Amino acid sequence: MKAVLLPFLARFLARPQSLIGLCVFIAIVAVALAAPLLFPKGPFAIVGMPLLAPGTNGLPAGSDVLGRDMLVGLAYGARVSLLVGISSTCCAVGAGVLLGAVAGYYGGVVDDVLMRVTEFFQIIPAFVLLMVLVAFVQPSLASTVIGIALITWPQVARVVRGEFLALRTREFVEAARLVGESDMSIIFRQILPNALPPIVVIGSMMVGSAILTESALSFLGLGDPDLMSWGSMIGASRSAMWVAWWTTVLPGVAIMVTVLALNFIGDGLNEALSPRRRQ
Amino acid sequence: MNRAAYIARRLLRTVLVTVAVVLVSFFLIRLAPGDAATVMAGQSGYADEALIQSLRAEYGLDQPLPVQLWKYVSAVARGDLGRSYERRQPVLDIILERLPNTLLLDGFALAVALAGGIALGALAARRPGSAGDAGVTALAMLFYAVPQFWLGMMAVLVFSVWLAVLPPFGIETMGADYTGLMRIADVARHMILPGMTLALYYMASYARLTRTQMIEVSGQDFVRTARAKGLSERQVARRHVLRNALIPIITYAGLQASILVGGTVLVENVFSWPGVGTLAYEAVTARDNPLLLGIFIVTAVLVSLFNLFTDIAYSIADPRVQLQ
Repeated sequence: MKAVLLPFLARFLARPQSLIGLCVFIAIVAVALAAPLLFPKGPFAIVGMPLLAPGTNGLPAGSDVLGRDMLVGLAYGARVSLLVGISSTCCAVGAGVLLGAVAGYYGGVVDDVLMRVTEFFQIIPAFVLLMVLVAFVQPSLASTVIGIALITWPQVARVVRGEFLALRTREFVEAARLVGESDMSIIFRQILPNALPPIVVIGSMMVGSAILTESALSFLGLGDPDLMSWGSMIGASRSAMWVAWWTTVLPGVAIMVTVLALNFIGDGLNEALSPRRRQ
Repeated sequence: MNRAAYIARRLLRTVLVTVAVVLVSFFLIRLAPGDAATVMAGQSGYADEALIQSLRAEYGLDQPLPVQLWKYVSAVARGDLGRSYERRQPVLDIILERLPNTLLLDGFALAVALAGGIALGALAARRPGSAGDAGVTALAMLFYAVPQFWLGMMAVLVFSVWLAVLPPFGIETMGADYTGLMRIADVARHMILPGMTLALYYMASYARLTRTQMIEVSGQDFVRTARAKGLSERQVARRHVLRNALIPIITYAGLQASILVGGTVLVENVFSWPGVGTLAYEAVTARDNPLLLGIFIVTAVLVSLFNLFTDIAYSIADPRVQLQ
């Protein structure tokens, strides 16, 4: 394991973008974790007059339409973004790997049905479906996470299915079958480890796009009303944009920096994992 | 497989997707707490049990699930998407009234994105690794990392608040009552910011795709043949490379359509463009579930029809597809 991991890490960190992405991401995670310790009053506490410019009254990022500290909102928003991004991706990858593996390994009717389902999700306007889902079951952290996972798992399933389809006829799988390994064991202990690189890459990219989707939902007022998120901060400051640019600019920059860092990491993983796959 | 069989198969897929959309919608209705009867009784102001029961009987909500499903499917097939809770009008009429505005905006955005994306991509592919090439790639990377609605708000900030050159909201100047050419010019001016916000994002992805395709096609044998028989670089690039590179872009435009709808919902809301997207937001805030669901059904059917259209266009552009 060590022999594989070290050269991989070296290849990953050789790209400056990967290193920058990783550092920025770690910093954002640190801010998200430390937010309740740094700002125990929470993001909804009113600290002064509304729409104070950054730098006035000891507020480095200014205040929003209700006089809440923008900096505290930004720190707490990181928690929501990361939580939604990571947990919805985990759900989607879990479901996608399971269904994609079964479809790719067994083929036949199961595969046909799965392909039709993924095609369905590719064609329909997924964001509108997500709006309907979240609005109907009431906006909350759980409905956001489950909703995003529900519209994104087919992407994973397609990739995993393709990998399994290509790998299931290889010699090492034949050998495992000959020595009497069970299907479950072949799927999870023989093929899956070999199919991991593309799954890791697509997973890292999905975190960023889930963060963007969450911000869009919150912007439309379909986020958890009890949580301060970057998207809801932008949505709430729409009327103030004309007089207080920072209320819309700063949360957007926070989203951009986070997603850019994640995409850099994803690109780096892709580069670092692909040389072995080209052989 | 010949072209007729290919088109027939795609047509069948469109029908299946539509049926699936209606089935999914039927079960989505059941996700919401309470049913139509409790909502209507609540709106009437006196929600006693007898009224709810009589409403349930009236709307067939007390019948077994398969019967309700059949009624729902046949109603949708007749174009009956129910009535809006809030406006008390048929959902389909409300949506159709707003649809032309959305189609106008999306059509403009798609045209700008395709034209600009193909041009930029072809330019970037001419010298891979050059500053222009790197610029297009970097710009695309940046666009993928920002929420589209935020990009729209930044455009308002720059062009409407700071520079004050373009109108930030609506589809035309309120109270101006322009007619004829003046009105067209007015609408066009209002369309620039929302249209470009939508277009820039897809332009970036079309540029990337065109670039990759052109570099790939350039390496193929028939390009070498074209060069060997003495065609100029310009002719090779235009007639041999670009034409073949454009084929996958047709399919890509079809696949992007579903994403374009999501982007339209957000961008319309940023710019208060009176289309289906702002209607969806109004439905969410008014808790008008039938209207929101109707928007899902109508947009899903439109996107799958657009996909059918691009599939047919693809089969005409590339005869090899019939062998698949």
